[in-house]
Amino acid sequence: MNGFFDIPSDLQHSWLGLIGLHLREALLPVLAGLVIALPLSQLCVRFRWLYPPVLWVTTVLYAIPSLAFFVVLIDYTGQTELTVMIPLTVYTLVILVPAIVDGVRSVPQETLAAATAMGFGPVRRYLQVQLPIAVPAIIAGLRVATVSSISLVSVGALIGNQGALGNLINDANIYNRPELAVNAVLTMAVLAILADGLLVVVRLLLTPWMPSGARARRAQRPEPEVAAR
Amino acid sequence: MVKPGQTRRVFGALIRIDSVTKRYPDGTVAVDRLSLEIPDRSITVLVGPSGCGKTTTLRMINRMVEPSEGTILIDGKDSRQQPVNTLRRSMGYVIQNAGLFQHRTIVDNIATVPRMLGWGKDKARARARELMERVGLDGSLAKRYPYQLSGGQQQRVGVARALAADPPVLLMDEPFSAVDPIVRKGLQDELLRIQDELGKTIVFVTHDIDEAVKIGTMVAVLRTGGKLAQYASPAELLSNPADAFVEDFLGADRGIRRLSFFGSAGLLLHTGPVVAVDASAEQIAARTTDEAPYLLVTDVDGRPLGWSEPRDLTAGSVDTARLLPYGRPFVAGTDSLRAALDCAVLSPTGWAVGVDAEGRVAGVVSQQAIGEAIRGAHAEGRTDSEAVR
Repeated sequence: MNGFFDIPSDLQHSWLGLIGLHLREALLPVLAGLVIALPLSQLCVRFRWLYPPVLWVTTVLYAIPSLAFFVVLIDYTGQTELTVMIPLTVYTLVILVPAIVDGVRSVPQETLAAATAMGFGPVRRYLQVQLPIAVPAIIAGLRVATVSSISLVSVGALIGNQGALGNLINDANIYNRPELAVNAVLTMAVLAILADGLLVVVRLLLTPWMPSGARARRAQRPEPEVAAR
Repeated sequence: MVKPGQTRRVFGALIRIDSVTKRYPDGTVAVDRLSLEIPDRSITVLVGPSGCGKTTTLRMINRMVEPSEGTILIDGKDSRQQPVNTLRRSMGYVIQNAGLFQHRTIVDNIATVPRMLGWGKDKARARARELMERVGLDGSLAKRYPYQLSGGQQQRVGVARALAADPPVLLMDEPFSAVDPIVRKGLQDELLRIQDELGKTIVFVTHDIDEAVKIGTMVAVLRTGGKLAQYASPAELLSNPADAFVEDFLGADRGIRRLSFFGSAGLLLHTGPVVAVDASAEQIAARTTDEAPYLLVTDVDGRPLGWSEPRDLTAGSVDTARLLPYGRPFVAGTDSLRAALDCAVLSPTGWAVGVDAEGRVAGVVSQQAIGEAIRGAHAEGRTDSEAVR
């Protein structure tokens, strides 16, 4: 295990530096994907006919290999992080759009009717009722998108050391140092697990209103009518 | 509607539905030239089978559905004259399954409309807690979330939320249909009690004619296709159904149910055949007459214990285990003839026991006497709407 954390100098980063770079390249696309997916999903909820074609397009985009994206993008954005992050952003849509659409659609009809009857306009209703109730579904989508994005960043190694931890796998080949590949895989796995755990914590903090675990068992036995007179 | 700083009590508004039609683009007519005058400070029930347009009618009042033709006037003003969300915030809305915001606490659910009207957080929450008490919810539930409440409790929250901004009008769309019968009865009684205190204009939609007759001041029976079949008070509805559809919809035992609207005040109560548990032999003998073959035994405070034939009674101390059951006594003067008849039918002796408000025997009355009172009431065509429903 000697030299496990000795990062070859051609990568111009320490191990921690690579982690920082990796997280940036993985998480910015998820954030960008969320920013695109939220309005797109709302359009799909508002205009039902839009959802199947949007879903079809996101699926087709997901099927395009990243290498093909790089070949096209490299003429415009060069050998930069941006060239890696654009395809990753596109890939998150196939997960996030259906997650958000299903989440928003899962809001019960009577809840929506009650909101309308209380004088909620469409925007207020979306922001104060539909979106908060969709939070568990949105975070479930974010968890999958984040983990997949953390693993996908490594393909950036193909366009000249833009793969962050993925570059270590390349260097393991060049310098015949297999421990670097093991380092890369283990570090990415740990990052993915930590990011996933963090999102679970965020979900728990955002949704104290959701029955879960011990709370769910209590919910199944509602208290007797306090004042059934 | 009460704005911050205002304390004026707000009562109901008069709603006039004037030949309103709702036609959908595919040609379906949900409501067909419906005209209704909904009196203020009363409960008007829209009842009918599914597809009769009752929910559509309700939703046209707060413009969740826009009428194709006709107008709806609220206190004489066309409902289209004000902005739609202002109109809606002046009308409480209660829906089946409550439709609570699952992501907000009970107190914040109730405070929703006051907050939208610009009340401060503390004032809105104080108002919400006041309303929880009014609808019979324990204050300890304030910080809970909807999933932690039973269906009946959620429905109470729904009513409290609708009342939060003290709107003159309350629209209720099958609010109690999804809860079990015992909880439903509790909620109905609670609604009548709240209405006695607040005097709102309530429009209530149900498919349950018993519910309609129980809580309605006026009942509008709608038939499939959104046509008005009859608009009358419950007593009038039960006595004179307009046609075969209404009669059929009212069900088989409308004659019995109609008795709910006849008061028992006119019944002549006999105090003769009543003896206390510690009566002497002379008292028992004195009370025994030919027209009353049974004696009602009461405890020393005058509460009923049961019936007995005079010869089975032992002076001084009656064996209460051998007494015949006396059914369910009616409160004389307050309860209806239906309650009195029910009591007489339940008692093996055929006599009903009338009690006062404290449960002490006021007198007894035979089935025959109740039957005569019913015939008399029918002959007069008199219904006493003050009788307990």
